[in-house]
Amino acid sequence: MSISIDEAVSKQTHGTLSGLMARQTFWVFVAFAVTILLMSLASDVFATEKNLYNVFRNFAFVGIMALGMTAVIITGGIDLSVGSTLCLAAIVTSMTMGAGYSVEVGIIAGLAASIAVGLVNGGLIAYVGMPSFVVTLGMLSVARSLAQVISNNQIVYQLGPDANAIMALGGGSSFGALLSPFGASGGIPNPALVLLVLALVAGFAFRWTRWGRHIFAIGGNENAATLTGVPVKAIKLSVYVVSALMAGIAGVLEVGWLGSVTVNLGTGMELQVIAASVIGGANLAGGAGTAFGAVIGSALIEVIRNSLILLGIPTFWQGTFVGCFIVVAVLVDRIRAMRQSN
Amino acid sequence: MAILELNQISKHFGAIQALNGISIALEEGEVVGLMGDNGAGKSTLVKIIAGNFHPSGGEIRIGGRPVQFNRPVEARENGIEVVYQDLALCDNLTAAANVFLGREVRKGFGPLKILDYNAMYRRAAELFKELKSETRPRDLVRQMSGGQRQAVAIARTRLSDAKIVLMDEPTAAISVRQVAEVLNLIRRLKDQGVAVVLISHRMPDVFSVCDRVVVLRRGTKVADKPIAATSPEEVTGLITGAIQEA
Ligand SMILES: Nc1ncnc2c1ncn2[C@@H]1O[C@H](COP(=O)(O)OP(=O)(O)O)[C@@H](O)[C@H]1O
Ligand SMILES: [Mg+2]
Repeated sequence: MSISIDEAVSKQTHGTLSGLMARQTFWVFVAFAVTILLMSLASDVFATEKNLYNVFRNFAFVGIMALGMTAVIITGGIDLSVGSTLCLAAIVTSMTMGAGYSVEVGIIAGLAASIAVGLVNGGLIAYVGMPSFVVTLGMLSVARSLAQVISNNQIVYQLGPDANAIMALGGGSSFGALLSPFGASGGIPNPALVLLVLALVAGFAFRWTRWGRHIFAIGGNENAATLTGVPVKAIKLSVYVVSALMAGIAGVLEVGWLGSVTVNLGTGMELQVIAASVIGGANLAGGAGTAFGAVIGSALIEVIRNSLILLGIPTFWQGTFVGCFIVVAVLVDRIRAMRQSN
Repeated sequence: MAILELNQISKHFGAIQALNGISIALEEGEVVGLMGDNGAGKSTLVKIIAGNFHPSGGEIRIGGRPVQFNRPVEARENGIEVVYQDLALCDNLTAAANVFLGREVRKGFGPLKILDYNAMYRRAAELFKELKSETRPRDLVRQMSGGQRQAVAIARTRLSDAKIVLMDEPTAAISVRQVAEVLNLIRRLKDQGVAVVLISHRMPDVFSVCDRVVVLRRGTKVADKPIAATSPEEVTGLITGAIQEA
């Protein structure tokens, strides 16, 4: 009992990189780096500016949504409605702009629609106590159907007077002049920049705010969180709103990138987003996940997809690869956890 | 004067009479063992004191002042802390995070406040030292022994400088060595003037740390005696009903 307070404070059974999830994220990052290295050697096209630019832009949409999904998964929930929410937000934004409103109004309308979706999801899950799987499965259907109703199931390509502004936002890039000395005169695609900013915000919120602490507590032991006075219902509502808002932001950016919106936009995307989060270390049982992991998970999926194309392997194999990665990532984590408890 | 006073507390759930006019008084630094068979009403009584349940009748006084709790937070504000049967800990968080759960220390200015990890690690380390536990603030609860988990749950109660700590079967599912650890933690609380209500099925635990034992049988108090004036045999008889009342 001679141990001082300072010693006790600094002591820990495991290293600073403790926590199983930190390690899963680390190994996924290694897999990502190795894939990039091998592909740079195996393909002349992979490491070109144009290809990397496309890779970055493509994974940004899934990455943005994976940040919100990770928050939901940390609390022990799931959000199956993000693909449909993305579509609804894109339809609302494009039709608002097509009706002659400015780009700002269009974006606000799209994001407001996504927030409304999040409030309904979160309200039913947190305050009525329904399972997140059921509620968001219902919303997956409802939101896409609403997008069809609003657009009358037509392609929306009339983006009104501010069409160029939204296309520059979603399809353009930034810092081209700044980065040209490094051979990246195309700059960084805007969706990737948005992802970067949102990932930093999410990473900060998870680690440094009371909200972040509470989402982990709810995922770890919801009953304990309630007994200790954590505002469980309000926090649960908030993660579904955040998830829907991320889908809304991705939807708005997709409008600008594609220049037109169909009601199929984002179909099946929820599975990619969940896959990215899980590969990145989010535990579907709740209580674990990181913002960095969400980004790396999305990047890995996109790099695999891109590699298959460049190597001339039929893209039908993509699902097999991504599926195997999900299982292997979780399996490695399981084995590690079992070793540790022995 | 009694720090906690229960006067004729009753509770029924529909037709079930869980508690029947229970009166108990607790002094500062007193450890009272609450014993009784399954379904005797022990947990119900603790939950009424903790603000989880409303009593159907009777009154609670703290320091002589009548109180009424509508939510657990209100009981906590009145210096009552509970160590729940399942401990109510988050396995995925550190010891310090669990101690401060729902009462996180933050720093910063204005609306932008961030968690003050250092302050929380430091205070948690002090609390563990005070409890003479070797629990370390940064360790994940997942990796802890039953005794260390108990220390975390008990350290929570020290955070607010609670005057009354209620413990519902803290030694139910842990090893013998860890039981000894928990009993020591209870003695630490007593040393600091905290009144403890200890629910336990284990006769040796009650006879080693408690000053007094209260026995409930089917919702009625059948005994309330100083430990020195009774024996495990008598208490067993009171619990089973072989002895009617003492
Ligand atoms: N929430 C509740 N609703 C209905 N009956 C309850 C509830 N909680 C406890 N009871 C009943 O009250 C009685 C006392 O239970 P309890 O206080 O849990 O006993 P103990 O903790 O001594 O084993 C039992 O008959 C139990 O079934
Ligand atoms: Mg009980």
